[in-house]
Amino acid sequence: MRIIIVGCGKIGLSIIKQLVIEKHDITVIDKNAEVINDITNNYDVMGLVGNGASYSVQKEAGVDRTNLLIAVTGSDEINLLCCLFAKKAGNCNTIARVRDPLYSKEIQYIKDELGLSMIINPEYAAAVEISRLLRFPSADKIDTFAKGRVELLNLVITEDSPFVNKTLIDVAKRVLSDILICTVERGDDIFIPNGAFILRANDKITIVASAVNSREFFTKIGYDTHQVKDTMIIGGGTMTYYLAEILLKMGIKVKIVEQNRDKCEELSENLPRATIINGDATNQEILIEEGINGCDSFVSLTGIDETNIILSLFAKTRTSGKIVTKIDRISFDDIINTFNVGSLIYPDKIAADYIVSYVRAMQNSIGSNVETLIKLNGGRVEALEFKIQKGSPVIGIPLMQLNLKRDILIGCINRRGTIIIPKGQNTIEEGDTVIVVTTKSGLSDIKDILE
Amino acid sequence: MNIAIILYTLGRVLAIESAFMILPGIVALIYRENNWWTYFVVALVGMLAGLLVSFKKPKNTQFFAKEGFASVGLAWLLISMTGALPPFLSREIPNYIDAVFEMSSGFTTTGATILTDVEAITHATLFWRSFSHWIGGMGIFVFLLAVMPMVGGVNMHLLRAESPGPVVGKLVPKMKDSSQILYVIYIFLTIVQIISLWIMGMSFFEAVCTSCATAGTGGFGIYNSSIANFSTLIKWDVTIFMILYGINFNVYFLILARKFKNIFKIEEVRTYLLVIVGAVLIITLNIFKTYDSFGIALTDAAFQVASIITTTGFATCDFNLWPSLSKTILVLLMITGACAGSTGGGLKFSRILILIKAVRQEINSFIHPRSVKAVGMDDRTVDKAVVKSVCVYAFLFALIYFGSVFIVSIDKYDMVTNFTAVLATINNVGPGFEVVGATGNYAGFNYLSKIVFIFDMLAGRLELYPILLLFVPMMWKKH
Repeated sequence: MRIIIVGCGKIGLSIIKQLVIEKHDITVIDKNAEVINDITNNYDVMGLVGNGASYSVQKEAGVDRTNLLIAVTGSDEINLLCCLFAKKAGNCNTIARVRDPLYSKEIQYIKDELGLSMIINPEYAAAVEISRLLRFPSADKIDTFAKGRVELLNLVITEDSPFVNKTLIDVAKRVLSDILICTVERGDDIFIPNGAFILRANDKITIVASAVNSREFFTKIGYDTHQVKDTMIIGGGTMTYYLAEILLKMGIKVKIVEQNRDKCEELSENLPRATIINGDATNQEILIEEGINGCDSFVSLTGIDETNIILSLFAKTRTSGKIVTKIDRISFDDIINTFNVGSLIYPDKIAADYIVSYVRAMQNSIGSNVETLIKLNGGRVEALEFKIQKGSPVIGIPLMQLNLKRDILIGCINRRGTIIIPKGQNTIEEGDTVIVVTTKSGLSDIKDILE
Repeated sequence: MNIAIILYTLGRVLAIESAFMILPGIVALIYRENNWWTYFVVALVGMLAGLLVSFKKPKNTQFFAKEGFASVGLAWLLISMTGALPPFLSREIPNYIDAVFEMSSGFTTTGATILTDVEAITHATLFWRSFSHWIGGMGIFVFLLAVMPMVGGVNMHLLRAESPGPVVGKLVPKMKDSSQILYVIYIFLTIVQIISLWIMGMSFFEAVCTSCATAGTGGFGIYNSSIANFSTLIKWDVTIFMILYGINFNVYFLILARKFKNIFKIEEVRTYLLVIVGAVLIITLNIFKTYDSFGIALTDAAFQVASIITTTGFATCDFNLWPSLSKTILVLLMITGACAGSTGGGLKFSRILILIKAVRQEINSFIHPRSVKAVGMDDRTVDKAVVKSVCVYAFLFALIYFGSVFIVSIDKYDMVTNFTAVLATINNVGPGFEVVGATGNYAGFNYLSKIVFIFDMLAGRLELYPILLLFVPMMWKKH
């Protein structure tokens, strides 16, 4: 597909990285010549220096032949203008990043009036992701498939877990839930386990289950499945506002600690039901005074990554509740992963993922059969959702008789809304969507799973 | 420096070059020449060695700009040295250094020869010489990237190191598509020229060799008299195609994309065509008294100007006998060369335009010390870094040029010969004046001079840096 990306900040770069791997024809536009130079040196894309909202620059980028324009510059207005021009000049699909809360209330109107295909608000998307984690604090990370009917949850096997040193068959016998363990990360290794696989303490596992069953499973293994009762948010930026709004609607008590007096007042106007504390959160006394000990959840959302990490490390020593840390810079994620700072949230990566999945959906209507693609375990495992078309070679054969490639697991079958966690005797039928978990990359059709 | 990945890249280049070598082998079989085995043996061994080295991708795929420069520099050295093996093995060129000179002259599209009698050479080797121009003209890495692209930044680093011009860009987002478009244009032009020459009375073999040599703006002739003995029609055909290959290939892409308006906006191409017209007029007026008719004078002037400005190096007359004014114009054209992004060599018109504008700006700043004025081209500002790199390039070029002249002057020839011989090799023209003039050759130089010429030809074709960097010890540090 031909794609134009305007703006090469963090989100732009994340999108470029992923879309280049997926072999799209990409033209990037940015005002900064150095940035363009750097990107064209490292990725197989065409660069253009200029203002993406200018008609002549868009024309030079070939807007009349493009399928999609993604505007992710730092300015909402320029993004909207880019999309407006591209829509008129090239009649292509357009995606804009719009992050100002003022606009966010009118998002549907803007989208309809300007004919945008999608509006992405990174702060809001991240807030939704965090709220999902707080709703289900036992999981580290939650991804959804089949319009939310299927969940992929990450959790760590603790030392005192009943599963330590048990094979997966034993685990299945014990919990009797309809769930499937589809990946195990141990140190630097990743396994797609079979029934004889033995779990150890500190393994990070991913399970696939329907939304209902996942809660049942967590209850059975003695994890808390209730949403948190209260939360403490550090930093009073836009993301805090979105998050607090969602959490208050869910009935969770929200306490926000913010250094800037004016921001506090603004927040208190917009969030009358939240408790707003004006103070420096890097001062331990204030945190203790405001009840960090024993709070049910702690979310650090300041603008500085280092502060967020320190705050979360401190919170970890004070409470056994859920801890969420926001990180803006993606480049050191493998190091940060080794810290014990709870669930990590990368807002730009989340936004990029949303956009990339939109691109995949667009691609679908052209040819490939991948409905959704989610990267797990730092991108080393892929979970793909395939739509089964008529005449596919996998139809009607019991799974145990399919000659699957190594390191491929069929995680779940969605038959017109009914979620089946497959056993050996299950079959795949036409019209199903199937979720495949694999360490291989580049699968584009369900028949690619066969040997 | 990631040596493993460089070896892997070199393996692929060697395999491709060896595959190309099968063609002259077939030519030898057709003409029943007994040196056919040399081409097949070298092709077979080269392909095996190349595939063996590039069979497994190295674990460390780190590929930065320096790996790009080193790969390109070494690869061009490698193809010249292996390309020289068949004529050396068949004793057609009994000395290996001479053979390497001949083939680097071929791949770098110089067209300078050490052969005193071209007509004594087998058809296979004649074809291989001309065909090497064709391969070298667009570049072997551009070909490699068109058939088997590599990941990520590798592409850009290789293209930048191999393609001529101050700023190297792609035509379309994907490198593979971009390289393919370039080669499609290139092949199309070549085929059109082969057919036109064939219709105009050349034999098929002559047409193919001449077209390949024109396409790469190389200039190896298959006769001692180069193109002189062919009809006027053929001379004009070659003239026009030489000028076409000297134009930035972006123009052809714009024609394909039907953006005709943008073509006239390219300042470089405009200047290039104007200079050709001007030079042809002056030379014609300067020489027509010594000719029988104005028409013949015009034909010769146009042919020589096109041949020198595009750095091809074909000849239809001995321009050594022309008056000084005409000779001086030709020397100046040798320096300018053709457009960036074409198959021609030289400093390139875009660089000269940037230099002139930078000089104008500098002079202006003496008159208005506080004036701020950006250097612009094609309605766009040229990045300061580009202006700087062009200035440094021009100086570096002069440095290498005079250094080479100094070493060559140890040899026995006069100043004009030495100065123009180095200029003709470093700018990939081919013929110079006096001893190395249109009817002369490079056979008489000693081996030291020949090695300097080989270095100059490679450095000139790759725009200095890839070859120069090979001699910087820091490049080869492990980390």
